[in-house]
Amino acid sequence: MNWLLVWPILIPVLTAALCLLAWNAPGLQRTLSFLGTFVLLIGDLYLFAGVWEGGVQSVQMGEWPAPYGITIVADTLSATLVVLTALIGLGVAVFALGDIGVERETTGFHPLFHALLTGVGGAFMTGDIFNLYVWFEVMVIASFGLMALGCERAQIDGGVKYVILNLIATTVLLVAIGLLYGVTGTLNMADLAQVVPQHAEQGRLIVIAALFLLAFGMKAAVFPLYFWLPASYHTPPAAVSAIFAALLTKVGVYAMIRTFTLIFTVGQAYTYSAILAVGVLTMLIGVLGAIAQNDVRRVLSFNLVSGIGFILIGLGLGTVLGLAGAIYYTVHHIVVMSGLFLVAGVAQRVAHAQGLDALGGLYRSQPLVAVLFFIVAMSLAGVPPLSGFWPKVILVQASLEAEAYIVAAAALVTGLLTLYSMSKIWSLAFWRAKPEVAPQAAPGILDPGPLGAGRKAVLLTPVALLAVLTLAIGLFAQPLLSISERAAVALMAPDAYITTVLDEEG
Amino acid sequence: MNSVILHTATRLLMSLILMFSVYIMFRGHNEPGGGFIGGLIAASAIVLYSAAFGATWARQALRVPSMSIAGCGLFFAAISGVFSAFAGSPFLTGLWWIPHLNIEVHLALSTPLLFDIGVYLVVIGAIVTIALEMEEAED
Repeated sequence: MNWLLVWPILIPVLTAALCLLAWNAPGLQRTLSFLGTFVLLIGDLYLFAGVWEGGVQSVQMGEWPAPYGITIVADTLSATLVVLTALIGLGVAVFALGDIGVERETTGFHPLFHALLTGVGGAFMTGDIFNLYVWFEVMVIASFGLMALGCERAQIDGGVKYVILNLIATTVLLVAIGLLYGVTGTLNMADLAQVVPQHAEQGRLIVIAALFLLAFGMKAAVFPLYFWLPASYHTPPAAVSAIFAALLTKVGVYAMIRTFTLIFTVGQAYTYSAILAVGVLTMLIGVLGAIAQNDVRRVLSFNLVSGIGFILIGLGLGTVLGLAGAIYYTVHHIVVMSGLFLVAGVAQRVAHAQGLDALGGLYRSQPLVAVLFFIVAMSLAGVPPLSGFWPKVILVQASLEAEAYIVAAAALVTGLLTLYSMSKIWSLAFWRAKPEVAPQAAPGILDPGPLGAGRKAVLLTPVALLAVLTLAIGLFAQPLLSISERAAVALMAPDAYITTVLDEEG
Repeated sequence: MNSVILHTATRLLMSLILMFSVYIMFRGHNEPGGGFIGGLIAASAIVLYSAAFGATWARQALRVPSMSIAGCGLFFAAISGVFSAFAGSPFLTGLWWIPHLNIEVHLALSTPLLFDIGVYLVVIGAIVTIALEMEEAED
């Protein structure tokens, strides 16, 4: 068990190192990349099983006892998220075999990809707030590389916005952590959970909490700091934007959920109402932005922002039911968003066009792509019985129970508008006939050569598996619901987390 | 740069700088020094070589892709934490092995040393990659 806890960090970092060693052999890198994500998934599943049976697990790095050393902790929430990370990692690694050209592979796609997975896994597993910042940095630096890899004009344009906003966010986070350490004198999250509520200077801690909210909010792309995301996520290859969409913003959301349930339990009336307001605005602005866009992946980027709002209202309600809905929605959103970005990438490639004004007729020419898109898109829109339906029901119910009627209404309106924006893609790109005079497609990322049958199978297999997964968690919702509920109960009463970390023997 | 003085001096200095970098790295366990600064010194030797003879020759002198050096270092650093599995301790626990060699000096081998060698190689690989890319971009 001890070693399974470092699995989500150790396996990707070793894979990245081996891929670097095989720098001049892209074929070997592909094999290593696939095997690395596969081994990661197996270990993470065992980790999840262990946490499910035995409760919270923790290990002290290098035998330095908490709260002085760095602790790695797995509770239900983090174990679930690392399993999903590995699953999406495996899917994207397979998709990348057909999507990433050899010129990106020889300039470091695979090592950067695994460095990204290392950062994400580390951020989910760490029990030390400064270490969380370090994993954010690992993740962000790897994502800078992936964003710019290939050096196309649009990529650099999107990349600059991405880099600047993310650098500001990590700087704010570092400042906030420094202030927190200055006030409390500890960095271990479990220790902070004990120190913070008894601290004499509650006012200062609330200000620091607001700084954390700002930093994690920028990372998670919430209103009004979301604009870097739709400006950049449509520029890299589909595999890269899918892994970004599935995981990066979720790490910000995870960090927010973790810190605001475990550490900043002071001044919750103030912070939670701020989170709730931000969540509602993010939801609405995101989906309104999606309706106005033309490029398919830009539409999806705005929908991604809108989904983050849903997760935030679950946190902001501050009830077990709300948190369970938020966690369920996170899982659903990771699966569906990666699926949507991948299938949009395939559609744009087979059609040689990016914009909705140039796409068309895909239902006739590519029926399988169309069916897969339909499943994941309707799932995002929350059409029953697909996976997006249940968390929305839970969140609406939770907001009605908390008598937050505006929140419930906003969630329902957002759901409706999401359905509209998905139907818009469906009817324009798939359903109607291909426009006669198509506007000229932008050259570049869309054209790594013709798409043979074998390569198309490589691209569509992970999409199909993600579509099956979203069907499965929609049709058989109970297992995931009980996972979410258990995670939410543990978050609201983090005694097991604190005692496991601090009472660990050696 | 086509200068006889630079060429001759580089041949002489390069071996000295590289030896000094290894010395600094080993010294770093108990005194100022360490893998990071040692790696920077070693990278400066290779950058000097490429300034004298050009990036193409510097790449040939390295024999392996510069990023693979970084990969090797990352591998050493990561694997140095795994040895503690055999001792039943958590990840990254420091382990020491002091073999008796019947000489006056004690040789202390440890997993922190392996980690430091890893850092040394990562720094060389990363700095050399950046420097050679920039040198080639100028041409």
